[in-house]
Amino acid sequence: MNAHSIGWWGVVIGVLAATVRGGTPFLLVSLGECLTEKSGKINLGLEGVLLMGAMSAYAVAYRTGSPWVGVAAAAAAGGTLGCVHAFLVSRPKVNDIAAGIAMLIFGSGCAFYFGKPYIQPSAPQLPPIGLGNWSSVPQIADALKISPLFFFGVAVAFGMQWFFRTTRWGMQVRAVGDSPAAARAVGISVTRTRFLCIVCGSALGGIGGAHLSLFYPGAWTEAISSGQGLMAVALVIFARWNPVQCLWASLLFGGAQAIGPSLQAVGISTGYYLWNASPYILTLLVMVLTCSTKRTLVGAPGALGTSS
Amino acid sequence: MPTAPDANTVSVAAATATATAPRPAWRWRTSLEGVAIPVGAVVGGCVLFGIFCFFQSRNPFAVFAAIYKAAFGSWYSFQNTLVRAAPLMLTALCTALPGRWGLVVIGNEGGRVGGGVAATAAGLAVQSASLWFVILCMLLGGMVGGGLWITLVGLLYYKRGVNETISSLLMNYIAIAVLNHLVNGVMRDPSSLNKPSSYPIPDEKMMPTMGNSNVHYGLVFGIVACLLAWVLMEHTTFGFKVRMIGGNIRAARMAGLPVATLGLITCFLGGAAAGTAGMVEVAAVHGRANESLAAGYGYAGILVAFVARHRGLPIILVATFLGGILASGGILQREFQLPDATILLFQGLVFLSILFSDSLYGRFKFFKERGA
Amino acid sequence: MKSIYSPILAGLTLTALVAGQGMAADKVIMGFIYVGPKDDYGYNQAHSEGCAGVQKLSWVKGVEEASVPETTAVQETMRNMINLDGAQVLFPTSFGYFDPHILKVAKQYPNVQFFHCGGLYTPGKHPANVGSYFGYIDEAVYISGVVAGHSTKSGKLGFIAAKPIPQVLRNINAFALGARSVNPKATVQVIFTGDWSMPVKEAEAASSLIDQGVDVLTCHVDSPKVILETAERRGIYVCGYHANGSKLAPKGYLTGAEWNWSKVYTDYAQMVKDGKSLAAGTIPHLVRGGLKEGFVKCSDYGPSVSDDAKKDAESAKAKFMDGTMVIFKGPLKDNGGKEILPAGKEYKQQDLDLEKMSWLVEGVIGST
Repeated sequence: MNAHSIGWWGVVIGVLAATVRGGTPFLLVSLGECLTEKSGKINLGLEGVLLMGAMSAYAVAYRTGSPWVGVAAAAAAGGTLGCVHAFLVSRPKVNDIAAGIAMLIFGSGCAFYFGKPYIQPSAPQLPPIGLGNWSSVPQIADALKISPLFFFGVAVAFGMQWFFRTTRWGMQVRAVGDSPAAARAVGISVTRTRFLCIVCGSALGGIGGAHLSLFYPGAWTEAISSGQGLMAVALVIFARWNPVQCLWASLLFGGAQAIGPSLQAVGISTGYYLWNASPYILTLLVMVLTCSTKRTLVGAPGALGTSS
Repeated sequence: MPTAPDANTVSVAAATATATAPRPAWRWRTSLEGVAIPVGAVVGGCVLFGIFCFFQSRNPFAVFAAIYKAAFGSWYSFQNTLVRAAPLMLTALCTALPGRWGLVVIGNEGGRVGGGVAATAAGLAVQSASLWFVILCMLLGGMVGGGLWITLVGLLYYKRGVNETISSLLMNYIAIAVLNHLVNGVMRDPSSLNKPSSYPIPDEKMMPTMGNSNVHYGLVFGIVACLLAWVLMEHTTFGFKVRMIGGNIRAARMAGLPVATLGLITCFLGGAAAGTAGMVEVAAVHGRANESLAAGYGYAGILVAFVARHRGLPIILVATFLGGILASGGILQREFQLPDATILLFQGLVFLSILFSDSLYGRFKFFKERGA
Repeated sequence: MKSIYSPILAGLTLTALVAGQGMAADKVIMGFIYVGPKDDYGYNQAHSEGCAGVQKLSWVKGVEEASVPETTAVQETMRNMINLDGAQVLFPTSFGYFDPHILKVAKQYPNVQFFHCGGLYTPGKHPANVGSYFGYIDEAVYISGVVAGHSTKSGKLGFIAAKPIPQVLRNINAFALGARSVNPKATVQVIFTGDWSMPVKEAEAASSLIDQGVDVLTCHVDSPKVILETAERRGIYVCGYHANGSKLAPKGYLTGAEWNWSKVYTDYAQMVKDGKSLAAGTIPHLVRGGLKEGFVKCSDYGPSVSDDAKKDAESAKAKFMDGTMVIFKGPLKDNGGKEILPAGKEYKQQDLDLEKMSWLVEGVIGST
């Protein structure tokens, strides 16, 4: 069992560990949203995708006994919802925000409905990668047990950065997002590019959900999400549509989630509602400080928010 | 973030043009389209849900009969629908009014909570006065509380360029945190043990129900607010200016309109509507502020606004329709043993269908006007 | 204001019952309303299992509705159950349903009986057709505390709670008193998550407590599943709550405090069948019970529980059964040093002061 309390170090280690495990769903969902927004479409339905991904990962992992098959199922579920969303917003005169909210409701409904029989059973979890096994202090060893999906997310972040900067497809996506008219003029299919981006983005969002149910907190319940899907949209703007900055922003959010409980564990227990709202307050603060009427739109895909 | 020009608003030039052209004959095909497509969409959504029910081994016709019975089938059921529709009408305005200006605000929950807390404080301060004075003060408190909350969103957009959708979303969470903090702390009534709440508004000073029904006057507030919004936006100069900005902000600026001021005013009005919803929740239902204030209507109000194209009169209809769907959730559970999530699915299908139908305007030859 | 519709509705209901449903008119129809999903592995599920239990009686029909928020929605549900399903007895199970919702609807339907879980019925203040029931689960939590006190090696226990309301504080204090009765140096650290169901916060709280050296956890949240699984994964002991969670933590589960609502509901059903009612005073308005009355029970001991622990736990249970055990007796100080009870005084379980608890006992780290 655990040796001794480590006092204030507990807060530091706790927040560090929570940063990584709490940040992973934010990372994956925000990368998905980043991809979608780079092509010029905003997807508010990722919250529904997240829930659907979490549910399907858990259900399939339970049925098949393999958490990895569960992750694949989550990606597939996310991709399917993404197809519906992409189809809907590719139609003229459909408002992106409204479509996203309708998908949120629909996705949540599906997840809760089909997830009812899976609340009770225990599904096999994703194996952690124990980076801290060299330590004899159990807290450090436990804190450094990192989810494999985190490494996957980091790889995707750097990969996406490279993708947008150097590959031809990446440039196509950016062209479609910045100026669809110009992209059409050079023969790029705007609809198809956006479709692929939305579907892949949703698949990533689904994998983010898989992390919630198959790693941390590691269960399927209807309250599993703390709004990660919606916050991802904020995160992407915060990170200026840059995948690697999404990584840092996600870690920030993950850490902010853990401040409340960690402080209580060392005895600071007043105002915990406000501490629990720290991710949201933090985001708002950073946005207020870093945005300005002239600078907000740097990095924003030109077609975002318009109906072209 | 630039927003989509509302397809139904007029630009400066077009407005002038139609004002001087001779009036055309009544375009019945267009009017018919405006009714047939949404109705068709609702039917389509219901068909999809029916197919779902069929695959879940429930008789779709029985399910729809039950939904109808629970939503519109009797005066008793309709009252339930109306009670659910009232807050939807008010919170929808929080998205609809700034929406005409061109902002996409989804802070309805935050405005509602802000208004509810302010209304409670106001009501407690004057609780010894007459019933109508108390209600009036609470209403003002609610409107100011909610209005200021959303004006903040508008200010952040205007002064610092912060995207209003995101900031209003974050403000929702922050509002709920502040509510919990206040209700568990400073505003807490020590005798509200197992459910921390503020001090209560005395029973006799709460908003009564109308006549013999179970419907409280919040419904009146909702309908009146929507009507006022409609009159404001469609028939006043203020509304015309706002619609112009929503149509083409650059042209409006060139025409010398005080774009920022008008934007902040619409934010305040939208927030005031949401705040009124919060006030109604406190004055007519709970009698105090506590966590139930945030046990909200989720994102339903936002959807109502979009589906009603941000206009006051359709909001009344769409809110009633959605109120009916929500009111039928219970019967699906009790009679068909369908889980509570079923009603979410139904909502989602119907709204997806309605949104999809938006793209069908102008596609059917039947609805195209003959001649010029 | 009396509604002119109620006699009409009552007549219609009667007609519907007889003609439409065509079933035996002496079936007792009981409506159950839950604030969350029925399968939450916790509070609501315990009630739903109670409903399933009472339906084993052939003359009872249960109608359930889940995920009903504490707003006008529950008033609507109650009215629907009365008017459309013909319920004669309602069990709204969440605390927040009481004021104003039950009170309002109860006045409109004086012939229907409303039994609220957890409420504090006050004669004269509340309508005569309302009653409240609850279980002294703190007795079972005390036993959990006894076992936890034996099993801890670090002396640090952890309690993850939703909100600092009296029902929760009572459990925290019972746990601490139970543990300290066998291990006087044991401490209980409390973390409040702020709401009844927040899996991420609960997991974070569990992790933070474990990082601080806690080696036995327990909780009072709507669904203990996440906490049980997190504790098991990190290799510490855990005591369950609401329902038997031993399957989720096969190695670490010590024991748990469970509800036994079927007994309560069956008792009520029998009383209603016998024609008794609240309004007539033949059904008591305030119903409480603990281990002795079978309202609550303790889970079986897990594999890691030592024989000493079992002995002490069994002797404590025996004292509950014969009525000699008092959890809250003086001298009792709160965790700020203030005296709550002087030596010689005690709070019996039925004492209503306990239902207004706002303090944490000495040995608990945390504040309300």
